[in-house]
Amino acid sequence: MSLRPSFTRDISALPTHGFSIRSLTWWGVIGYMVIEGAAFALTIAAYFFLMSHEQHWAPQPWEPPNPIAGTLFTAVMLLSEIPNTMAKKAAEAYDVPKVRMLLPWLVGIGLLLLVVRGFEFNSLNVLWYDNAYGSILWALLLLHTLHIGTDWVDTIVLWLLMRTPHGEEPRRLVDTSENSLYWRFVWLSWIPIYLLIYWVPRMFR
Amino acid sequence: MTTAADKAKAPPIDVPRDGPDLTGPKLEKMLDKTWASPPGFIGWLSSVDHKDIGRRYIVTALVFLALAGLLAAAMRLQLSRPGNNFISPARYNEIFTMHGTTMMFLFAVPVMQGVQIFLTPLMIGTRATAFPRLNAFSYWTYLAGGCLLWVAFLLNIGPDIGWFSYPPLSGPQYGIGKRADIWAQMVTFTEIAALAAAVSLVATILKQRAPGMTLARMPLFVWATLVTSLMVIFSMPSVALASSMLLSDRLVGTQFYNPAENGDALLWQHLFWFFGHPEVYIIFLPATGFISEIVATFSRRSIVHYPIVVLSLVGTGILAFGLWVHHMFATGLPRVGYSFFTAASIAVSVPTGLQIFCWIATLWEGRPRMQVPLLYVVGFIFTFVIGGLSGVMIAAVPLDLQLHDTYFIVAHFHYVLIGGAVFPLLGAITYWYPKFTGRMMSEGLGKVSFWMIFLGFQLAFFPMHIAGLYGMPRRVYTYPAGMGLELPNLLSSIGSAVVALSVLLFVINMVKSALAGDRADSNPWDAPSLEWAAASPPPRYNFAHIPVVDSRTPLWDAGETISVVHGLRVDDRELLLTSVMSAEPDVREPSAEPSPWPLIAALALTVMFVGSIFSPWAVLFGAIPVSIALIAWFWPKSPTPHPEPTIA
Repeated sequence: MSLRPSFTRDISALPTHGFSIRSLTWWGVIGYMVIEGAAFALTIAAYFFLMSHEQHWAPQPWEPPNPIAGTLFTAVMLLSEIPNTMAKKAAEAYDVPKVRMLLPWLVGIGLLLLVVRGFEFNSLNVLWYDNAYGSILWALLLLHTLHIGTDWVDTIVLWLLMRTPHGEEPRRLVDTSENSLYWRFVWLSWIPIYLLIYWVPRMFR
Repeated sequence: MTTAADKAKAPPIDVPRDGPDLTGPKLEKMLDKTWASPPGFIGWLSSVDHKDIGRRYIVTALVFLALAGLLAAAMRLQLSRPGNNFISPARYNEIFTMHGTTMMFLFAVPVMQGVQIFLTPLMIGTRATAFPRLNAFSYWTYLAGGCLLWVAFLLNIGPDIGWFSYPPLSGPQYGIGKRADIWAQMVTFTEIAALAAAVSLVATILKQRAPGMTLARMPLFVWATLVTSLMVIFSMPSVALASSMLLSDRLVGTQFYNPAENGDALLWQHLFWFFGHPEVYIIFLPATGFISEIVATFSRRSIVHYPIVVLSLVGTGILAFGLWVHHMFATGLPRVGYSFFTAASIAVSVPTGLQIFCWIATLWEGRPRMQVPLLYVVGFIFTFVIGGLSGVMIAAVPLDLQLHDTYFIVAHFHYVLIGGAVFPLLGAITYWYPKFTGRMMSEGLGKVSFWMIFLGFQLAFFPMHIAGLYGMPRRVYTYPAGMGLELPNLLSSIGSAVVALSVLLFVINMVKSALAGDRADSNPWDAPSLEWAAASPPPRYNFAHIPVVDSRTPLWDAGETISVVHGLRVDDRELLLTSVMSAEPDVREPSAEPSPWPLIAALALTVMFVGSIFSPWAVLFGAIPVSIALIAWFWPKSPTPHPEPTIA
């Protein structure tokens, strides 16, 4: 710097991590949530655009999707918020043993959800190439599955990381907290998709 | 064993920190070591320095500009006289597709993001971007997308369906072969790259501004960067979704765009233009940021009515999402749709008009120095106003229906894109060249190339208005004699040759100046913003001490000294995070070390995307190496963790 520095404040006592809006990780996660939220919103817009072209929805002769697997999925997903919130709170309280105890549960729940999701694909009663209705249903379900899968792998990696001495670092607890935040986005975004896949095709037959 | 709670409460450890006791050459030497990229070719590939990545983005985008420019020259040669058979109709289709696609996806957006990546951390007084590895990944992904498109073109399987790739022409029924798939997958690459860069820029701007740089003191270019990055985040998912649906229609038989199965080709147009119209402003708003900076420096006064310029940027960013249907007037719309989108299209000219008045007022109130960067601003104002006015004309539905797909539209969008973005870009390259390279560009050569490109541009593109009014359609490889089209086309071709020569001259000036231009000191133009406090070119760490800001024009108010905070670690890459609105110092966070993993992740992604042109299974199996690369990227590398414990 060619200008002479005039020293003002000493910032060496500032913390080296912060939760929520204080951390860069939070902003990165929010950025990706907005991107993915925009993608969901546009897919939903495409759903209604295609719906406007049909006399019936589900179009005849297709049966609306069977809601059993999807409803089970939704129930498990909503319940998953309990251990998810516990993990988030434990991370923010620097309670590493509790985080280490809860993460495998979240991994297990993610696996269970992926299995149930497999049955969901089998209960749509339409294939992606049958017509545009089938295409958009598969697109919504696939897009959301991508998020479940990503978060599942992410949670496994986090779990393995937290088991190492790295897990003792406050910054890794910030990661845990933001991972829980992302899971909230995954289940919140599922609710409109669940209604669009399973219930709107029943309401507009 | 120390628990996380203990670590969070412990006092700062005793490590070297910048401050009154550690400053000057000794500090700079230590910081150089901490922030250096590893040596050798692998080190070069591993760099996460925003200046390296920004420069790579800019140079790569300029190479694509040159390639797309060559295609433009070929088209103008073909159209220079009626009934010409220099290029066959099929090849012509490929050439205009490659020209438009390259200019929009591989030049215009990436070059603006490149400048943003280079400048933003310097302008807000920080040492790195928020996610340096994500930035590196963004560049490699962009490069891969560009290579995919151009390698395909050279292998004679380049796309031939127009830069907006409408189905059914691009769909499975008419778009035979892999040409359309390559186009669609190139889009996926460039959108991922742009989104990654945008997220990093938003976080950088909101969290890493120098203490005291409140939102109301941010340089206007940084405001423009913030608005455009948010626009990228909201608009690019639309085209990524559209192109994924197109690929799946082509590859696995979905019916999104197939009217026979109650899909709709217009769904493509909606999704494409919901991205495509904001894209125009994603290209244009950074250019307005360049202009605000250049006008302030060369008028030697701050921009008149700064809040109006900021509100105009934000207003344009919002309005840009309400205009997309004006690209679809010819598809037939409800009457209320016509009225709404006409009104919105005319309304967007208001904030831009306000900005132009603010710049003119600043020049009027100041003492303008007519150096090359400011010449480009004047060229911009003249050219962009013409393009803006023809835009207001075609916002009216009856005239749009008459002129749709004619050369009038070609003239209009080249006036707004070249006049509105390329002229300011050339001015910006000249202005910030000392920061990019440490040397000044030649003023004499710069003036010659400015006048050549300015006049050559008018000669090339103004006659296209006339050709369009005479009814000459776009994207047709030739035209018959005797319809009054000979003269406008010949003039356009001559003009385009002048433009090509002037761009060549600009490049010669760049190369010559990089090798032997006058050495620049840190602030050769006597500019007011923080990037000019760093050396030219800036060191790896940008600033030895983090500056403190208490006005919009910190360097003009600084005098001989600049206020700084101190206490960041010198032995480790550390950033100062500040609060979002008021930029109060809040947290010290480590910044990522150089890593080859972003490159490896981009390569794995390339394998997956290119594979998915041929088989849907590539998505599933290709995801495995991508995941491995991402995990390796994120996994902490130090064998024993030793970050600093701090006070919570």
